[in-house]
Amino acid sequence: MSDTVIQNPEPNYLEYQGRYKGIFAWIFSTDHKRIGLLYLYSMLVLFSVAAILGLLMKIELIAPGKTIMDAQTYNSFFTLHGITMIFLIVVPGLPAVFGNFFLPLMIGAKDVAFPKLNLLSWWIYILGAAVALSAQFFGDGPPDTGWTFYAPYSFRTGTNMLPAVTGAFILGFSSIATGLNFIVTIHRMRAPGMAWMKMPLFPWAIYGTSWIQVLATPIVGITLLMIVLERTLQIGFFDPALGGDPILYQHLFWIYSHPAVYIMILPAMGVISEIIPTFARKTIFGYKAIVVSTLAIAFVGYFVWGHHMFTSGMSGTALYTFSILTFLVAIPSAIKIFNWVATLHKASIDIQTPFLWALCFLFVFMIGGLSGMVLGALSANVHLHDTAFVVAHFHFIVFGGTGYAFFGALHYWYPKMFGRMYDKGWANIGLAVFFTGFNTLYLPMFYLGMIGMPRRYYDYVEEFHGPNIVSSFGAMLMISGLIIIITNLVRSARKGEIAEADPWKGKTLEWTVASPPPLENFAEIPVVTKRPYDYE
Amino acid sequence: MEKEQHTHIVKYKTYVFVLIALLFMTFTSVAITSLNLGPYTVSAALLLAGCKSLLVLLIFMHLKFDKKFYAIMAASVFLLLGCVIFITFLDYLYR
Amino acid sequence: MSNHAHIDEHRDDEGAKTGMWIFIFTELILFGGLFIVYSVYRYLNPAAFHLAAEELDTFIGTANTVILLISSMTIAMSISAIQYQNKKLTLILMGVTILLAVAFMVNKYFEWSGKISHGIYPGSPTLMEASQGEILFFGLYYAMTGLHALHIIIGVAFIAYVMRLVVKDEVQHDNFTILENSGLYWHLVDLIWIFLFPLFYLIT
Repeated sequence: MSDTVIQNPEPNYLEYQGRYKGIFAWIFSTDHKRIGLLYLYSMLVLFSVAAILGLLMKIELIAPGKTIMDAQTYNSFFTLHGITMIFLIVVPGLPAVFGNFFLPLMIGAKDVAFPKLNLLSWWIYILGAAVALSAQFFGDGPPDTGWTFYAPYSFRTGTNMLPAVTGAFILGFSSIATGLNFIVTIHRMRAPGMAWMKMPLFPWAIYGTSWIQVLATPIVGITLLMIVLERTLQIGFFDPALGGDPILYQHLFWIYSHPAVYIMILPAMGVISEIIPTFARKTIFGYKAIVVSTLAIAFVGYFVWGHHMFTSGMSGTALYTFSILTFLVAIPSAIKIFNWVATLHKASIDIQTPFLWALCFLFVFMIGGLSGMVLGALSANVHLHDTAFVVAHFHFIVFGGTGYAFFGALHYWYPKMFGRMYDKGWANIGLAVFFTGFNTLYLPMFYLGMIGMPRRYYDYVEEFHGPNIVSSFGAMLMISGLIIIITNLVRSARKGEIAEADPWKGKTLEWTVASPPPLENFAEIPVVTKRPYDYE
Repeated sequence: MEKEQHTHIVKYKTYVFVLIALLFMTFTSVAITSLNLGPYTVSAALLLAGCKSLLVLLIFMHLKFDKKFYAIMAASVFLLLGCVIFITFLDYLYR
Repeated sequence: MSNHAHIDEHRDDEGAKTGMWIFIFTELILFGGLFIVYSVYRYLNPAAFHLAAEELDTFIGTANTVILLISSMTIAMSISAIQYQNKKLTLILMGVTILLAVAFMVNKYFEWSGKISHGIYPGSPTLMEASQGEILFFGLYYAMTGLHALHIIIGVAFIAYVMRLVVKDEVQHDNFTILENSGLYWHLVDLIWIFLFPLFYLIT
């Protein structure tokens, strides 16, 4: 990579040699770019494991009755799949990988506000992951509660709950530390001239996300702690035998876990808001509306948790309130969709892989969002609650939303991160296979849910067989697509052609530095005079 | 970095006055409890606790002298908690 | 990393304080979760909570409140003292804060051990015979005051660490953000107690 050295006398962050050598130069590095990649690699490994668990579950469901695993194994598989995917991948996902790597670059800073805390939060992440996953290997069998740890089952089950719950508790600290770091970074370290309303939209999304991380995570922390205390010390919190109310557990759990959905989706929206203007070669339509809707989602999203509990026996008043609020929170999301589409209007679009990911995101996110409206309606919810419909909706939003944005971001910023370009042909083929597989997998599940197939069962009656075969076939196709995509990216990190500093003609600050960025990002802190997407 | 902060020094006397006010409110709330005002006991005790925490936040924790951002955020956090408790009680009050 | 350290070493006092405040918000929400649980169960079991609260000693509770309020004042004063460049007074005030914290913990120890010797602790046979509301009350009592006590211990460790920095002159009149932050943390502990006190001791 000699040419980057010529552009910039300082070594790039990948080649830099500090006090430590080899792997220690990475796991003890306080460089936000290296930490971002540490998260990326850890998540890629965990994601592969959890995706394979998902595939195995779909293979189990290819035919009624026992196919490849028994009921208890299936229970532990969907629990582990959920814990890993939610707590270890999609919640930290975009902020920890791309927030870490690009937030300082996009606001013109040399690093985050607290680099050591940043490294610490990666270590806490690894510790939490190790503790949570250790539940699989010792004790009385892997947890089988599902990722929600609902009381009272979570302290009645004989399986090894404590490590899983403790692990999730520890991961909360990592999430809080990252959020805190980003808020302070955005407040204190924006480049001179970058007023709030001149900040690109991905940092804005990270800002909203960080506030949710900071203000919602402690609730789940204390809730999980109560489960631990209840299991170990018999302190009565949620056990009806001790006077507790299990529905209160659900309240507390969703007070965090619903905002957590916005922790997942807000940065995804931020990524899309970056990709679309770059490839449309046009200023984003309604910058202010997107900013305001980001903050509105973060705020209103805090008060809709009850829509996960419509059949739990809540009071009627609570039901109506949560249903109305759920419909309200859809408005700012829809505003963003309109803004993205309006940006594409009369634009001279350069169709590249990241842009195709963004388009696919729009498609699946709309399906996910609109099916969410179906679930937000009280009467429909009673019918669809705990069916495959919910699973399909959830995966369209979380995998379709966050997952697509994650891969979109990876393809968008890849040349910047590694200084090399992936094979665009293979990337597009991978996307096509993945997208086809994704829809073949999850669309039939909407139908299955509507005709009454419950979720979280390893078995089903013969009537559900046909759509399940299609769905399981889709799962295999989707995994093949993922293999193509990831292989292409991994291969290109070494063998891809050298990328220039600004391969997509992006206008935000990260494209003004060399690819890969030099150790300190900016030799001189830039002075910002223009708005972020200035293509005029 | 710029050094715009840390110019304000709070006098010792201010802190003493605040402490006296805090102690006074503590003893008042203990006294009120022994009066047995029925349902108003709790509201009185919580009201006094609210005043006490306001004093601690404004003077001891310097919210009054610091940038407004901190005060706004602290108020928002309490407002958020209040809203969450309110919405939770929409379930329990009408069940 | 050694020759990489110049990145880390930008000093931003306001940023450090912002970070501390955000951390304090997370702590408030953490206890907020417990307050939600408390208020729901109190609403569902008013009589039992009333009965159980009479078991608690208002005198010890009041004494501990006074102790914490004074300690909050001393740590706040120590910040003024360092600004007046009075190192000795700063150290004295911080020392007094720690002593008061220890007094608080001693009180707490006697209070808890008294309860435990009466057979009132989570899972105890005596408590299991009591009504469900009382089980919930004492569960919350131990959890909330216990978590609060844990914060006292962390606060003492934090203040002791900052005292060492003051002794070594690493915290001075123009560089005392960490002292301010330890003070903020200590006030948080006080703030939570201000609400715990009426909710557990004054509901008679």
